[in-house]
Amino acid sequence: MCLGVPMQILEINDDMVVAEIDGVQREASLMMLGEPVAVGDYVIVHAGFAISRIDPAEAEETLRIMREIFNPEDMA
Amino acid sequence: MRFQDEYRDRGLVQGLAAAIAEEAQQLPEPVRLMEVCGTHTMAIAQFGLKSLLPEQVKLVSGPGCPVCVTPVSYIDHAISLAGLPNMVITTFGDLLRVPGSHSSLMAERAKGADIRIVYSALDAVKLATELPEKQVIFLGVGFETTTPTVAASILAAQQQGRTNFSVLTSHKTMPGPMQALSADPELKIRGYLCPAHVSTVIGSDAYRPLAEKFGIPCVVTGFEPADVLQGVLMLVRQCRAGQARVENQYSRAVSPQGNAKAQELIKNVFEPADAVWRGLGVLPESGLVLRETYAAFDAVRRFQVALPDACEPAGCRCGEVLTGRIAPADCPLFGTVCSPETPVGACMVSSEGSCAAAWRYGQ
Ligand code: SF4
Repeated sequence: MCLGVPMQILEINDDMVVAEIDGVQREASLMMLGEPVAVGDYVIVHAGFAISRIDPAEAEETLRIMREIFNPEDMA
Repeated sequence: MRFQDEYRDRGLVQGLAAAIAEEAQQLPEPVRLMEVCGTHTMAIAQFGLKSLLPEQVKLVSGPGCPVCVTPVSYIDHAISLAGLPNMVITTFGDLLRVPGSHSSLMAERAKGADIRIVYSALDAVKLATELPEKQVIFLGVGFETTTPTVAASILAAQQQGRTNFSVLTSHKTMPGPMQALSADPELKIRGYLCPAHVSTVIGSDAYRPLAEKFGIPCVVTGFEPADVLQGVLMLVRQCRAGQARVENQYSRAVSPQGNAKAQELIKNVFEPADAVWRGLGVLPESGLVLRETYAAFDAVRRFQVALPDACEPAGCRCGEVLTGRIAPADCPLFGTVCSPETPVGACMVSSEGSCAAAWRYGQ
């Protein structure tokens, strides 16, 4: 029930988007999203609504920190 | 898929597990960490993450599955409503098989009740438009992720002047139950993996009072394997250093303040009220009911039905599973009488339930 899924936006029509993950497409409403999105962006879709935009810079930063933890020599 | 494959990378996952093991050696005593999110429970079971953790770090599940914490009396109420003439009940799929006191929605459907699964609350409004001669009730269950979608559907119904759409609400809020569990000395929770999606709405700052009052570290954590392990690592580090801060591992989707638009939707349509949680009892101000302005969309106020005395399924220990007191396998019914095909309790029904996750992936 709380199963939000990260999906990529394929199409935007006013307040609705078509988003995709692993070949599955879904319509989602943008009504709940407080920030603008564009085709190609990733959003978390929950029960027919986009609830959050995934920030690519933050996603990269998290990965960078993770990699740093597990391979500290590389970062020296 | 980007932002998924990277966070499932084996090397990364193993590296993080090694970092946790190293850190854990310096813990003064073993720690119990609780995840409060059905999606975490699933991910931890699916990717076998517990097997990657050292002995000193124990993960237990909390009340993070909305279907599981919904009390039996709610299912009874939905079943009674389903028995009214001209009634169509709409719901997300996982509520169907949850046992009520004497029946389930699934069993009622087999007997002829009109009960339909929808993907979104807005679909229920659409159905009401298509069936003007029927009453359509949506079963509104869920945390802050789902509640704004239900609020949006009520606003949509109001805008369209629909008089045949209403909601039977049992919405609950975080972090109320986490407070209740933190106050229980028996449970000894030393850190929380805070829910991923709920936090996109309420924001990571929402856990601050909890961390401060109870001195328990809170880390908002994503749900890919590397996310969960990094969240655990952050908690273990805080435990070791004797800190109790709120950290945000899931910053790619969660901000400190959360989603203001979603919060507005909730606030406009709902108001706080005491709520009954399976396993926890009544927790003050931990639920949401429709504001008086939206009484016309409240199935409770609109339809009077007789309700049976609520009784939990005999032998089911969901309440203890949901509060981390026992593991699913400690329940004598687990895997014998109770399995996903013949679930005795809600924790075995919902795909996010701890018992279902333990059964499906083993522990
Ligand atoms: S195994 Fe079944 S009966 Fe036991 S606690 Fe879980 S859901 Fe309830």
